[in-house]
Amino acid sequence: MSSNSFAYSEQSGGGEATELGQEATSTISPSGAFGLFSSDMKKNEDLKQMLESNKDSAKLDAMKRIVGMIAKGKNASELFPAVVKNVASKNIEIKKLVYVYLVRYAEEQQDLALLSISTFQRALKDPNQLIRASALRVLSSIRVPIIVPIMMLAIKEASADLSPYVRKNAAHAIQKLYSLDPEQKEMLIEIIEKLLKDKSTLVAGSVVMAFEEVCPDRIDLIHKNYRKLCNLLVDVEEWGQVVIIHMLTRYARTQFVSPWKEGDGLEDNEKDFYDSDEEQKEKTDKRKKPYTMDPDHRLLIRNTKPLLQSRNAAVVMAVAQLYWHIAPKSEAGIISKSLVRLLRSNREVQYIVLQNIATMSIQRKGMFEPYLKSFYVRSTDPTMIKILKLEILTNLANEANISTLLREFQTYVKSQDKQFAAATIQTIGRCATNISEVTDTCLTGLVCLLSNRDEIVVAESVVVIKKLLQMQPVQHGEIIKHMAKLLDSITVPVARASILWLIGENCERVPKIAPDVLRKTAKSFTGEDDLVKLQILNLGAKLYLTNSKQTKLLTQYILNLGKYDQNYDIRDRTRFIRQLIVPNEKSGALSKYAKKIFLAQKPAPLLESPFKGRDHYQLGTLSHTLNTKATGYLELSNWPEVAPDPSVRNVEVIELAKEWTPAGKAKKENPDKKFYSESAEEEEDSSESSSDESESGSESGEQDEEGDSSEDSSERESESGSESEAENKRAAKKNSKTKGKSDSEDVDKENENSKTSDSSNAESSSIEDSSSDSESESESESESESRKVTKEKENKTKQDRNPLTKDVSLLDLDDFNPASTPVVLPTPALSPSLIADLEGLNLSASSSVISVSTPVFVPVKTHVLLHRMSGKGLAAHYFFPRQPCSFGDNMVSVQITLNNTTDWQVENIHIGEKKLPVGMQMHVFNPIESLEPEGSITVSMGIDFCDSTQTASFQLCTKDDCFSVNIQPPVGELLLPVAMSEKDFKKEQGMLTGMNETSTVIIAAPQNFTSSVILQKVVNVANVGVVPSGQDNIHRFAAKTVHSGSLMLVTVELKEGSTAQLIINTEKTVIGSLLLRELKPVLSQG
Amino acid sequence: MIHSLFLINSSGDIFLEKHWKSVVSRSVCDYFFEAQERATEAENVPPVISTPHHYLLSVYRHKIFFVAVIQTEVPPLFVIEFLHRVVDTFQDYFGVCSEPVIKDNVVVVYEVLEEMLDNGFPLATESNILKELIKPPTILRTVVNTITGSTNVGDQLPTGQLSVVPWRRTGVKYTNNEAYFDVIEEIDAIIDKSGSTVTAEIQGVIDACVKLAGMPDLTLSFMNPRLLDDVSFHPCVRFKRWESERILSFIPPDGNFRLLSYHVSAQNLVAIPVYVKHNISFRDSSSLGRFEITVGPKQTMGKTIEGVTLSSQMPRGVLNMSLTPSQGTHTFDPVTKMLSWDVGKINPQKLPSLKGTMSLQAGASKPDENPTINLQFKIQQLAISGLKVNRLDMYGEKYKPFKGIKYMTKAGKFQVRT
Repeated sequence: MSSNSFAYSEQSGGGEATELGQEATSTISPSGAFGLFSSDMKKNEDLKQMLESNKDSAKLDAMKRIVGMIAKGKNASELFPAVVKNVASKNIEIKKLVYVYLVRYAEEQQDLALLSISTFQRALKDPNQLIRASALRVLSSIRVPIIVPIMMLAIKEASADLSPYVRKNAAHAIQKLYSLDPEQKEMLIEIIEKLLKDKSTLVAGSVVMAFEEVCPDRIDLIHKNYRKLCNLLVDVEEWGQVVIIHMLTRYARTQFVSPWKEGDGLEDNEKDFYDSDEEQKEKTDKRKKPYTMDPDHRLLIRNTKPLLQSRNAAVVMAVAQLYWHIAPKSEAGIISKSLVRLLRSNREVQYIVLQNIATMSIQRKGMFEPYLKSFYVRSTDPTMIKILKLEILTNLANEANISTLLREFQTYVKSQDKQFAAATIQTIGRCATNISEVTDTCLTGLVCLLSNRDEIVVAESVVVIKKLLQMQPVQHGEIIKHMAKLLDSITVPVARASILWLIGENCERVPKIAPDVLRKTAKSFTGEDDLVKLQILNLGAKLYLTNSKQTKLLTQYILNLGKYDQNYDIRDRTRFIRQLIVPNEKSGALSKYAKKIFLAQKPAPLLESPFKGRDHYQLGTLSHTLNTKATGYLELSNWPEVAPDPSVRNVEVIELAKEWTPAGKAKKENPDKKFYSESAEEEEDSSESSSDESESGSESGEQDEEGDSSEDSSERESESGSESEAENKRAAKKNSKTKGKSDSEDVDKENENSKTSDSSNAESSSIEDSSSDSESESESESESESRKVTKEKENKTKQDRNPLTKDVSLLDLDDFNPASTPVVLPTPALSPSLIADLEGLNLSASSSVISVSTPVFVPVKTHVLLHRMSGKGLAAHYFFPRQPCSFGDNMVSVQITLNNTTDWQVENIHIGEKKLPVGMQMHVFNPIESLEPEGSITVSMGIDFCDSTQTASFQLCTKDDCFSVNIQPPVGELLLPVAMSEKDFKKEQGMLTGMNETSTVIIAAPQNFTSSVILQKVVNVANVGVVPSGQDNIHRFAAKTVHSGSLMLVTVELKEGSTAQLIINTEKTVIGSLLLRELKPVLSQG
Repeated sequence: MIHSLFLINSSGDIFLEKHWKSVVSRSVCDYFFEAQERATEAENVPPVISTPHHYLLSVYRHKIFFVAVIQTEVPPLFVIEFLHRVVDTFQDYFGVCSEPVIKDNVVVVYEVLEEMLDNGFPLATESNILKELIKPPTILRTVVNTITGSTNVGDQLPTGQLSVVPWRRTGVKYTNNEAYFDVIEEIDAIIDKSGSTVTAEIQGVIDACVKLAGMPDLTLSFMNPRLLDDVSFHPCVRFKRWESERILSFIPPDGNFRLLSYHVSAQNLVAIPVYVKHNISFRDSSSLGRFEITVGPKQTMGKTIEGVTLSSQMPRGVLNMSLTPSQGTHTFDPVTKMLSWDVGKINPQKLPSLKGTMSLQAGASKPDENPTINLQFKIQQLAISGLKVNRLDMYGEKYKPFKGIKYMTKAGKFQVRT
């Protein structure tokens, strides 16, 4: 404590000093109290007193004043100890203000800030999600390095929170922690990976933001979530949309091949100077290899289109740049309308949008030509907007519209805004060079401007005329004479210099005037600007070389003046020229070439748009606006030559795809952890993704709820999109068949058969709108093309296969382990009360999350799958190991033990035809090559029962025979135990009343109502978790259904006598009542 | 993302600062002041300024610069759009957004800013949600708060934040259920010297004030939806439905909101409802110039033009003007050279005019250019594009709402070159 106070006094001293410093420096703010230091102290004194008072109103008042101080930028750090005491205040407004204060000053007062940590830790467990979230926010915002581990823990817990709002805050906290301690990167990436799988639209934007900040290079994390992100995009909040779109643009550029090869026929090539060569080349390529767009690529382009209608300019711009960078050129046109719409917005928005349009309009004029008039300048526009509009008008100018434009420019030249008028003159110059038809008109127009009254206008015209004349070999003696006359009146140095240069260059064409000009300027030499002096020297040199008779003396006079000039550049130039042109013994050979040196043909300056070349920055970025690379700018990569394997984005074939991801998750778990904990984790990964898939249907269903009938069509569309891909992958699957047939494949196949026509329709139509002229071509070629693709795939997968099978067998080993463990587990018959205690302990540490806990009890009861008599000697038993299934989150894991009771080898045991009710899925075991006589083998499989007790029928086949078998799950096996606190249980129960509640009364002997007996009986029937109970007479159990994850809450409440009330709360009322029916007899029997 | 925010008034004082990450010294604003000095006019301060370690992105509204400090690459529009949203929110909360108001409500401002951004990333920007988190100050609430000691900070997460319709709170109750829609169209036009149209387009919005109980689901259909060339929607509008049927279908937010903004392209001929006859001439020799303007209606579909005002930036050479209007009042500011004439209603029988002379600087040459005239006007009960709402239907609730639709046409950026 003493050290603390010492630290405090020291720091507060420092604080005062900085305060003094600030007060002194902030001379600009008259509002800053310039009172004496003592009075300032006194004021803070009275704030301290208020903070320490008992009344909330006084505290609140004090806090408000302190926040006012912070807002004004005054130092309030010395109040830290007084403020931090109130962090646990009951009054929510005081609390909030204290948070504001803490976030501002904790960094400066780290020791004292630690005092507040425990409050936040407590608040992190608060039932109110708003409080949990804000605690996390503040905890992660007080940048104190010591609490990094605490933050890490808090983020981890929050990332699994039930409330998406809290998870969103967790995503934000990731970035904060990363900036505080980059060492945590690896751990944070794991959390990001987990949150990326989140299906809430609330979380998506924030976690992608975290991804961009922490690990933008880990593109492999996106693969699995790509389609989900595309589909969620429309429903994500607008800020998230911007971030996701930018990220997906980068992603698309690494994963898909360029779509710019096709459809360029639409693009008017003659207008497209910039990359016409390239395109030409591409065109020839095209003939060799027709392009079809990856369906995922199409998905992104299609799903972002509606966002062009967003009211948020940033979203519109983000979509625009996405179209610009990844859409086929023929489709990018639709963005122009939306961008032009943004021009109605505030000047800042206009500024950025115009910049981007300027860049685009250089490359693809056609896009914005129809909107030419939208870029006409209004006199009320700010200058920077005017100049940008002018830039775009110049880019859009062509033979057809130039006359209209020039008329418009005439108005601009007269503008009162001289800077703008000058820019217009430059523009006219550029138009004149770009469009040869109007060069002469422009030149005459510019010459007229030379008689303008405004000097800036005249000067600018001179400079532009100079450039124009330089480009034209044609004689323009008249203009030069006119300009020579101007030299008397004009004073702007650049203009004077330009005129002198022009005369010098053309001195042979105006032989009478040039020497006279030199004479005049020699007179005024000393008073000229440096720029002009240099040109006078040049003029002198050139005249000396061409007309030395008249100008020799003059030139020497000027050279003498230059020799003693104050500016060293001019002295240097003088010396250089003298050596070169005045022949003397030292000058040597070079002076012979003096004329060639001075009067060489000079290349005309290229009048280029300042926006040329800006497009190598991603549009819409800060770097593009500044035209320099901003910190943290992520380069947009070039299209890959060959598309990387598109199947990485697949979410259906879980384990295979998983093996492929190169950066497989670090499996460096604690070595003492059990095997299945690992596999459980793995299962979590894969299952998430698989549930994605099934979810997508239900998601669109949700949208339908909003009353949208047309949604259907789009859904079908997207399905067909993935369809063609599925087709591609069939080959891959065929290969994997040898080791395991997935039944999802069958489903796929069915879909394919029924929808092939559909998909081909969709395909051709999608091409149709991409480019009309490539349509016929694609129709004929698409077939052969897709065949080629599949062939390629085949080859690829063949290569992959060998390592693959090995991996799978490894994985199988993992799966076997849990199979043996549960058999061992139940035998010790842990006393249930002990388990309950353990669970309790467990819970106090964990948060109030639905986390799947380990099963309390695993019954050894096995069921007969195939009797040896009917199985011709092959017997099969199955039982439910009550482990989370490693094949999919929605699946119940089933262990099948096969026994060979015959005297010969049974070969090739596998699962044949499946007859599953709709929606049900099954993950089969890998075929067993042979089973020795008297041998037995245990295999595991996963079945998704869709939370129903329907029978899964399938055929168990050997080499010679097929046996129809079926598995009907007891209702208790459709659950997974859940660990939760009593409080959460009650909360959840409160939400599941009415329809969702079923109850019954049980009558049994009192000895059956001891807690251990009840527990034993319940867990025997159903795979539920025990909820620690505060009351002796109430027993609570919690579980969730495997398929849908709905909570299943079981309560056994003992009444007087020998009765008890059994209550089940669940959304899944069918299962609830089934379970009730199962439990009732078990509990009531002796 | 956004590191800090500084609010700077027109005299260059930083009167509010807020930091979302580590504190950035306010000296960073010096770069901004430099740029401001260079730009001479507030309007010309570049919105993006690069400094050695930071980037300053600013918006200028209500005579206040909102300067955001950022450190790494971020789409500039993201920040700019957000800053505008901040200003809109302040306006929504306090009625006006001005320096004294912000200073008076600094605590609410701080609380709002705290909710709007977390670690520089936008958190809650929907005004409906913000208002549930932090209640806007009203006189009544201030009184109640001081007596009861209650606060203006909500303690529950707004339901909207988590629901499928994040823009609407649940449990809305009204006794009078009403839904009003204002179709407001603005004409942007440039008319050249001879009176012909250089460019003209119509920008329209539909602003709604919906006070309906429960969760109403509305559909709004138009007689002639094809007119709408380019539209942008409030997030509540179902895009698919619009695409397929050209019907606006939505669950509205509670209160005032902008349902739709649209654009009627220049391709469709835009009716220009007014004309301006002008005769402004400077003579080279004399120090007097002639000035004459007449305004008249054309293509008004029988409606009267109201609220007409003209303003014009006169050339620098004009010292003073002595004018007589046939109706309305006029002012000329000799310092800014701004002439404005408040005309009022246009009576077709007696066209309003403004005549007189300008006195020019003696000896100075005559100005090159004639001034541009900016025109403002309003026409009630007319959507100049001809857009008509067909019907409004409500589903999902049983009561019968009171519905109202109003049309109005205004001048947007309407300029007449002389």
